[in-house]
Amino acid sequence: MSKGIAITGMGIISSIGNNVEENYRSLIEGKTGITRISKIKTIHKDHIMVGEIAFTNQELEQQLGLTPDNDYSRTALLGAIAAKQAINNAGISNINTYKTGLISATSVGGMDKTEIHYHDYFKDKATQKYIAGHHAGDSTQKIAEQLGIEQSLVTTISTACSSAANAIMLGARLIKSGQLDRVIVGGSDCLSKFTINGFKTLMILSDTYNTPFDENRKGLNLGEAAAFLVLESDKVVQAENKPVLAYVKGYGNANDAYHQTASSENGDGATLAMQKALKIADLSSSDIDYINAHGTATGNNDLSEGRAILRVFDKHVPDFSSTKAYTGHTLAAAGAIEAVYSVLALQNNVIYPNLNFKTQMKEFSMTPQLELKEKELHTVLSNSLGFGGNCSTVIFSKKQ
Amino acid sequence: MKPVYINSLGSISCQKTFDNSSFLDEIISYEDHIILAVDPNYKDYISPANSRRMAKGVKMGVVASKIALNEANLETVDAIITGTGMGCLKDSEKFLSAIINNDEQFLTPTSFIQSTHNTVGGQIALGLQCKGYNFTYVHASISFESAVLDAKLMLENNEANTILVGGVDEIEDYTCSLHKLVNHIKKEKVNSTDLLRSKTEGAVFSEGANFFVLSNLKQESSYAQIVEIRTYNTLGNTSITDTASAFLKENNLNTEVIDLLILGNNGDVRYDGFYNELSAGIFKNTQQVYYKHLCGEFNTASSFGVWLASKILKTQKLPEQVKLNNIQPSNYKTVLLYNQYRGENHSFTLLRRC
Repeated sequence: MSKGIAITGMGIISSIGNNVEENYRSLIEGKTGITRISKIKTIHKDHIMVGEIAFTNQELEQQLGLTPDNDYSRTALLGAIAAKQAINNAGISNINTYKTGLISATSVGGMDKTEIHYHDYFKDKATQKYIAGHHAGDSTQKIAEQLGIEQSLVTTISTACSSAANAIMLGARLIKSGQLDRVIVGGSDCLSKFTINGFKTLMILSDTYNTPFDENRKGLNLGEAAAFLVLESDKVVQAENKPVLAYVKGYGNANDAYHQTASSENGDGATLAMQKALKIADLSSSDIDYINAHGTATGNNDLSEGRAILRVFDKHVPDFSSTKAYTGHTLAAAGAIEAVYSVLALQNNVIYPNLNFKTQMKEFSMTPQLELKEKELHTVLSNSLGFGGNCSTVIFSKKQ
Repeated sequence: MKPVYINSLGSISCQKTFDNSSFLDEIISYEDHIILAVDPNYKDYISPANSRRMAKGVKMGVVASKIALNEANLETVDAIITGTGMGCLKDSEKFLSAIINNDEQFLTPTSFIQSTHNTVGGQIALGLQCKGYNFTYVHASISFESAVLDAKLMLENNEANTILVGGVDEIEDYTCSLHKLVNHIKKEKVNSTDLLRSKTEGAVFSEGANFFVLSNLKQESSYAQIVEIRTYNTLGNTSITDTASAFLKENNLNTEVIDLLILGNNGDVRYDGFYNELSAGIFKNTQQVYYKHLCGEFNTASSFGVWLASKILKTQKLPEQVKLNNIQPSNYKTVLLYNQYRGENHSFTLLRRC
């Protein structure tokens, strides 16, 4: 049994930076990664905006030292880059010294390749190498291989937009119970025609920059990203004399049981998730210094999540902001992206501004943090809410 | 740590397994490379309005979970954990082909909404109004084992008392046509009884849903205790024999106490060697069983293996058609299951009579 769940390394690649430092710089400078789409041919290109990573697949393959005959989807490429950064950051040279697992999250998986080669597969034998990479677990297997993880617990979670938060949660439970000494947790999702058109048909894609928690919000921008964190037990931290970036203090998952895609108006699921996480952390709501909200800027999410926050925090809502205006909604990766941002907030004692907010929502009087704020932070709560009614909360803290 | 029991089950497969009062009394034999699950009367469990919206995978998952809940005499559970290797293939393919064939125009959201990997888990929760923990694992041939591992962790630590755990995957034509291209599906039709003698590449693909109520409270209806479950992304440089021996040793067991070995052989000449190494080696004096000639191969087919093991442990009956050899022990107490797919994602599951 491990009392603490230490975060000892982080890696990230998103539209606002190719590593942790670049992401942090963009966050404090208020620099968004939202642009017009350039890498996917879509008839919606002039009507949507996205958080796209600048590197081409070929550039990512080179960074990983892959040969041209590789069969990596973009999800696998992004995931491998972020996961490798995380273990370097944690100063891990031999991954198999301790019982190490990998829990990744994805919703798109290898869909990017399937949609490109949909008809070619039957005509061009060279494309067939991607067929076995369609399923979600494939990217995780490849990340494990890149990290040198063998004979171990390697699995994938897909609960839509809460997936990576759930990967962190499972990882934390495996450390706590003593099943693993170390686990790399996170998620990866690339942009795809499938998700662009999916969210388009749901009519929740904004045609301009997304505006979380704003009365006139027009919907979300999709983004692509990957992020991973290294979680280690007390035993490893002590034995290796490891610097600890922060701790996973609490976590909770609940189901809204309301609708396949929409959140309940009162945010039942999100309320339960936050309450469970506070209970596990043995904290009261007043102990939370900052909420990194899910805040996708859809009409439904921000209302439901806002109401849930009010139910949990009542009249004492702490500073909160959504970072979706920087990165777009990175779907299954979002929980890991925002975990990295939450840890950076704790390390640097800053709260990031919620970009693009102008008008308070009429349903309640909640205004997110609008300027960069420096403040001593001890605990940060991060929400991730997804299709299938899946609601997750993770609490990060400076101290164990 | 609390012990973890399989208290009930519900199975929809290529055999008539949806009726818990029978146990493979009548075996359906196939001669094909793709086989489909036998439909129960879905209307007995799902309203016609809901049923119309649901693809077969969702229906199978929802109904298998209801059969399991009914048997455990439960209205709801504390958590729902689902494993699915490929997710909701029918709706994914429907949406994807519409995007490609209509150049991203004239699309409707229904199939996209239903295409998410956690649709089955979400729909079960919606039906039960279950607001508890709800996870979906999507990791190839250990999707179901990941779900069991998670549930076991939760029950042992008393974070929940009853959890619905299941594996579900559905057959879809386009995906099958791709898997035929790369010989993951056998080129020729194979008779069920000849599966292991086929000497060809690939497997007979299929579908199904097997759900279980796991609990840390034993009931009269309980089938078995889940002693241990372990997954391995790869074997590294270790042989399956050494991996199996290490697994038994960690549980203070040896091959002699295993009364029954349940293997996931699928007749793929390239990968059945893993099973053959165990059956001809350290387990050669153990009663061995296989099952994929009955249920076919799919990412969560190993959940059928757990269904089979549970039935054998409870009834103490071993159907002739699943036997790989004939070394009948006096009774069945300890059962070891081993599965892998294409040389990756190996798993051991250890069950005990309760």
